[in-house]
Amino acid sequence: MNRYPVWKYAIILVALLVGAIYTLPNFFGEAPAVQVSSGKATVKVDAGTQARVEQALAAAGIKPELVALDGASIKVRVDSTDTQLKAKDAIQKALVPDPNDPPYVVALNLLSGSPKWLSALRAAPMYLGLDLRGGVHFMLQVDMQAALSKKAESLAGDLRSMLREKNIRHGGINRNGQSIEMRFRDTQTLEATKAVLADQFADLQEVDAPDGSEYKLTATIKPEAARRIQDQALKQNMVTLHNRINELGVAEPVIQQQGLDRIVVQLPGVQDTAKAKDILGRTATLEVRMVDESSDARAAEMGAGPVPFGTEKFLERGGQPVVVKKQVILTGDNLTDAQPGFDNQTQEAAVHLTLDAKGARIFKDITRENVGKRMAIVLFEKGKGEVVTAPVIRSEIGGGRVQISGRMSTSEANDTALLLRAGSLAAPMEIIEELTIGPTLGADNITKGFHSVAWGFAAICAFMAVYYMLFGLFSGVALAVNLLLLVAVLSMLQATLTLPGMAAMALALGMAIDSNVLINERVREELRNGSSPQAAINAGYDRAWGTIFDSNITTLIAGLALLAFGSGPVRGFAVVHCIGILTSMFSAVFFSRGLVNLWYGRKKKLKTVSIGTVWRPDADHAITKAE
Amino acid sequence: MEFFKIRRDIPFMENALIFNVISFLTFAAAVFFLFHRGLHLSVEFTGGTVMEVAYTQPADVERLRNTVSGLGFADVQVQNFGTSRDVMIRLPAQKGVSSAQQSEKVLAALKAQDPSVTLRRTEFVGPQVGEELATDGLKALAMVVAGIMIYLAFRFEWKFAVAAIIANLHDVVIILGFFAFFQWEFSLAVLAAVLAVLGYSVNESVVIFDRIRENFRRYRKMTTIQIIDNAITSTISRTIITHGATQMMVLSMLLFGGATLHYFALALTIGILFGIYSSVFVAAAIAMWLGVKREDLTKSTARKDEDPNDPNAGATV
Repeated sequence: MNRYPVWKYAIILVALLVGAIYTLPNFFGEAPAVQVSSGKATVKVDAGTQARVEQALAAAGIKPELVALDGASIKVRVDSTDTQLKAKDAIQKALVPDPNDPPYVVALNLLSGSPKWLSALRAAPMYLGLDLRGGVHFMLQVDMQAALSKKAESLAGDLRSMLREKNIRHGGINRNGQSIEMRFRDTQTLEATKAVLADQFADLQEVDAPDGSEYKLTATIKPEAARRIQDQALKQNMVTLHNRINELGVAEPVIQQQGLDRIVVQLPGVQDTAKAKDILGRTATLEVRMVDESSDARAAEMGAGPVPFGTEKFLERGGQPVVVKKQVILTGDNLTDAQPGFDNQTQEAAVHLTLDAKGARIFKDITRENVGKRMAIVLFEKGKGEVVTAPVIRSEIGGGRVQISGRMSTSEANDTALLLRAGSLAAPMEIIEELTIGPTLGADNITKGFHSVAWGFAAICAFMAVYYMLFGLFSGVALAVNLLLLVAVLSMLQATLTLPGMAAMALALGMAIDSNVLINERVREELRNGSSPQAAINAGYDRAWGTIFDSNITTLIAGLALLAFGSGPVRGFAVVHCIGILTSMFSAVFFSRGLVNLWYGRKKKLKTVSIGTVWRPDADHAITKAE
Repeated sequence: MEFFKIRRDIPFMENALIFNVISFLTFAAAVFFLFHRGLHLSVEFTGGTVMEVAYTQPADVERLRNTVSGLGFADVQVQNFGTSRDVMIRLPAQKGVSSAQQSEKVLAALKAQDPSVTLRRTEFVGPQVGEELATDGLKALAMVVAGIMIYLAFRFEWKFAVAAIIANLHDVVIILGFFAFFQWEFSLAVLAAVLAVLGYSVNESVVIFDRIRENFRRYRKMTTIQIIDNAITSTISRTIITHGATQMMVLSMLLFGGATLHYFALALTIGILFGIYSSVFVAAAIAMWLGVKREDLTKSTARKDEDPNDPNAGATV
């Protein structure tokens, strides 16, 4: 009656084993580590970099526990914080010759300290939330209306120059919010403009209306185009943020899109919020300037003379110096888009730039006057300029569509386009949520959360063992298994553990014991009504199951609603709550029955069950069924 | 050990009217305080800045308050938080001034007064985020109520669903009433606790309803009142032990969880206490007054037993 088939025990054993393996990394904690990641969009971290890191460490006499290439960064695990600092210095010295212009970001980090075989099984500790490890959290709102207005403004300018080029006379083009209003005297020009719009401006849709004796044409950005513009603006802002945050040397920054127009930035371990905010808000700028090709400048480039008056020396990406004039022809404000692509004629990798109307006009004039000369595109980041590319002007370029090509691989073209786009923000952002948690508070929170769970757990187990004797002990073991499985599942999911999450863990344990209380009370009741011990155990578990199922499902409904609509701490709470309910159903019913069956199942002539006092109303004294 | 040596069924339902009058009065009082005083919503909902600073010595809160209000912030709250050395400062959201400027200004002023001050935590929430959180919270509440009602109506009967939901909303409103009366801070964590209580308290009602359903099938001669009394009596030991166990956990949070978990644990404590009471006196009594009959339950399950797709078919409950 109370025997489990072998396969059920097999399930239990497998669950326990898997639970133990995936819970284990949480006990190893985290070991000090150094992380090397790219400091610039043009610098890639690869196996070559890893070799350089290993050499640098060997030269400094440091034996790392682990050097691994993990995605776009190299992680070096060492045994102590002392070695960590030494390793950081050694790597810094080898990879970053000039601290003012770091090609790599070398940051202190923590890595899971679990042994290799655990990592090979993809067992990793839970990720600690900011409230447990300290750091800053920002939520930024991207001003999408501004992005659309900016786009409308540049389209209006493009339209103006296009109409001039086609000799279409209009009575004025104005931007009104996100729509462009045009006036015409006659239907002829109106129709001609419509043709231009249909042909050249796929993103616009227009409505015309007679306005007194004149005609008015209102063009607006199509909804699908608006969506695309907003999406691009958000992506570009995220890339820009990434570039800027790199400078902080944060080990594992989180930069995530939230909803349609928000970006969440989390910087674990960062305490200096003022600096973080400063860097997030900093703008990188792009400038187009002419290369000085005088003989003095040539000499300065070779390092054989001083830099001539009115010029500046910058380094090109390849490391070659270029002397450019101080006069700025165009800035990044005139650049509306940059996309990687190919040259139509030579099939070389190229970057296609789109300039706004003003930029296009200036660019046309400059290229006409300077055919055969070199023009430099300079990116100013962190207050330092770098020449992205300095191509030779081959012919006059009109229409605002510029192509940069020559001496570029496809990936370089990608990087350059990214850099050009990422140089500045596509739309203004403002911080709408900010959270700073000090490192001591984080450590405090961990201890507090841990103590809450530990003491509550101990109190419940003690009470159960006293009140229900052996059955109570089984319940306690089942509760421990519940905790084990809960932690294992959370670790497997790589859930972020927060303080509300720890509270949910404590609450889940408190509520999980309900199932065992229901079962134990039922068993007692059956014994009270005169059932034999074996029958009582069987009926107790069977009858309690329906109740446990119903009550847990209703609790699960509440948990799922929290998960669906909650955000931040509520979500962290809900995840643990829901998983806790599922693991408690397994451990309290399936696993605890397994234990009871193992203990009592084979005893055919079972006389007593150790489940504490079973009091009968018909007797004057309590009959103790306990052994 | 055995705490509950009950010879006869306790006549809960005879006194149901008195208890329901009492619960109606507490409910009315909670609603009154909710409207009269309102909830003291945390910065997560209202928008604004919270700063937590720590001093090496006990802080002079009065002087701090003067310093901060001297900076030109209206409606500033400065209070001790946890220990006498930790101080929490709340600034309402200001138009045109960014949070960064607010918190830096305050910290600079505090540093000028006492250089030993350290910033432990700042939290800033824009007004629009707060509004969204509030509507999301209400949506979650509505979802929980609807979900539970549909499930109970399906598994039991609509009368039970109505009774359970009234009983549980009663708990929720009373928790909110406590928060309004004492002007405790209502944060997102407390909202999570309130919603957890809703799930938890419905647990209680479900256990009793399960027993009522079972009794209807088992004891054909008992009246509805006797059946309900018997159901509550035979589950009372479980009810109290379970609540006791959960309360032990919550007490542990209250004692060791620190200030962050304080109100969370407090909301759960109230929820647990009223959860026992409401499932015994409110849920069962309302189900009784709605006229629960033997036929309601036996009929619905007979149909269910025939459903081959029902995973619970044949389960004896």
